[in-house]
Amino acid sequence: MEANTRSTGRLPAAFLTPGSSSFMDFLSDYQPEMLPGRRQLPPTQGVVEAPHGTTIVAVSFAGGVVLAGDRRATMGNVIAQRDIEKVFPADEYSAVGIAGTAGLAVEMVKLFQLELEHFEKVEGTTLSLEGKANRLSTMIRSNLGMAMQGLAVVPLFAGFDVDRDRGRIFSYDVTGGRSEEHGFAATGSGSLFARSAMKKLYHKDLTEDQATTLVVQALYDAADDDSATGGPDVARRIYPIVTVITEDGFRRLTDQESSETAAAIIERRLEQPDGPRAALL
Amino acid sequence: MSTPFYVSPQQAMADRAEYARKGIARGRSLVVLQFADGIVFVGENPSRALHKFSEIYDRIGFAAAGKYNEYENLRIGGVRYADMRGYTYDRDDVTARGLANVYAQTLGTIFSSAAEKPYEVELVVAEVGETPEGDQIYRLPHDGSIVDEHGSVAVGGNAETISTYLDQRHEDGMSLAEALKLAVQALSRDTNGSEREIPAERLEVAVLDRTRPQQRKFKRIVGRQLGRLLEEGGASTAAEAEDPDDEE
Repeated sequence: MEANTRSTGRLPAAFLTPGSSSFMDFLSDYQPEMLPGRRQLPPTQGVVEAPHGTTIVAVSFAGGVVLAGDRRATMGNVIAQRDIEKVFPADEYSAVGIAGTAGLAVEMVKLFQLELEHFEKVEGTTLSLEGKANRLSTMIRSNLGMAMQGLAVVPLFAGFDVDRDRGRIFSYDVTGGRSEEHGFAATGSGSLFARSAMKKLYHKDLTEDQATTLVVQALYDAADDDSATGGPDVARRIYPIVTVITEDGFRRLTDQESSETAAAIIERRLEQPDGPRAALL
Repeated sequence: MSTPFYVSPQQAMADRAEYARKGIARGRSLVVLQFADGIVFVGENPSRALHKFSEIYDRIGFAAAGKYNEYENLRIGGVRYADMRGYTYDRDDVTARGLANVYAQTLGTIFSSAAEKPYEVELVVAEVGETPEGDQIYRLPHDGSIVDEHGSVAVGGNAETISTYLDQRHEDGMSLAEALKLAVQALSRDTNGSEREIPAERLEVAVLDRTRPQQRKFKRIVGRQLGRLLEEGGASTAAEAEDPDDEE
C-alpha cells in the first residue's frame, strides 16, 4: 500500500473505484490495519489494565430521548480520570454512550460517527435509525477478540426516529447482540443501581425536564452504590453529561443547566439521602 | 501494417483540451460567490436528486460542471480522501487546499495520459473560513491546472460571459439574498446577451455558512426558504416556490 493520503499526488485508484457507501468497507479494502477490530493482539497473561468507563443511562420521554453518563474512568481500584466524556453525538439525530475500555470505546465512537457522516455525504441521505443501530452492532462484533481478553466495549445507542416520530433506545452486549429497550436502559458497572432507580421513577408521560432530572437521579444512585461511578463533583464543578435528542436534533445540556439539576438533587438528598420515594402500592 | 500518422504533442494536447472543453460546454453553468456569512453555490439543475453541489467535509464544499458520472466519481474520491485524512489525523487537518491539490494531480494525470480519455469536468472546491478573508475558492479546469479565485467564479458552458458579468457587479460583504439575486441574474444571461427566466424549482442552491453552530457548515437551501430569499433579493424569476411538502 504505497500510495496513501499523506502524499499529495493523484488519488489512489481505490478512491475512485465505485463501491459501497460505507467508510468501514472502504477502509477494510484500502487500509485494513486502520480498523480497530483488525489489530493483531500479542498473547497476554491475565487482564490488561486500561481505564474503564462506567455508567450510562437513557430514558425516553414523549418528544424524544435523553442519554447521560457520569464522568469517572477507573483502572482497577484507582480513579483514572474524573472528567472523562462518555456520551457523544453520533449524528444530528442520535447519540452513543460508552461503557467499557475507554480507549477502544472512544475510537469506536469516532469511527461510528465517521461511518454515519460518510454514508450521508456519499448517498445524500441519512441511514435509518435501525440501520445506524445495526452498524454499531457490527462494530462491536468486530471487537469480540479483544472483548475476550477483557477489553470490552458496551455502548448504549439512543436516537430520534424521524420516520416513526419518537425516541428509541438500543442496548448491546459484548458479542454485538442488539436489543431495543422500552422506556429506560442503562449499561456499565453502575447500571444495576441506575436501572433500579429508573424503574421506580419512570413513567410514560415524562416531560423533557423530568427526563433530564430522572437520569441525573439515576446516576446519583449509581454513584451512591458503585465505587466506579462518579457522582456530581461539586468541588471541581464536574457534572454528568446529559444530552437530549428530539425532532430538533441533538442537544447537550450546558454545564450551567446540568449543574443546576445536580444542585437541586443534592439539596434534596441532604434531607433524604436515598432520594425520592415511590409509592408502596 | 501502415505506420500511424505522426501527431505532434502540441496538437495531441490541443485536441484533448478541445474535446474536454466541448464536453464541459454542453453542461449548464454554475456560479460560486462569497457573501458576508460564507460562500453560496448557485446553479440551474432540473434534477432534485442528482446534485451539482455537495459537502466534502466540515467547511469544504464541492461544485462541478460537465459529465455527471465523472464528477460524481471525483466527488466520492474527495469525500473518501477527506474522511480518511480526518480519521488519520484530525478534522482540522482536512483543508480545501490539500483537496484541490489532489484533484489537480488527479485531473492532470488523466489529462496527459494517452491511455485515458480526458475528463470532461470543471470543478470548484471552496472552504469557508472564520472570517471572509479566510475563505478559499479554487477552480479546477479539466487539465489539472488550479486557479485560486476571489469573490466569484463561474464554471460550465457559458462561464466566460457569466464571469465577466459577476466580476463587474460582485461586492464584498453582500447579504445572502443579494448574492443569490446576482447569481441568478448572471446565470440567466445567454451567450448572445439575451436574458431568460430560471424558475425557482430549477435552481439548486447550497451554502457554506460560517454562522452555523454545527461543525458541518454545508447546507442546502430548498423550498420555502429559497423562495423567501429570492423574494427578499427581488430576483427577477418565478420566485414563488409553491412546494408545501418541502420542509425547512
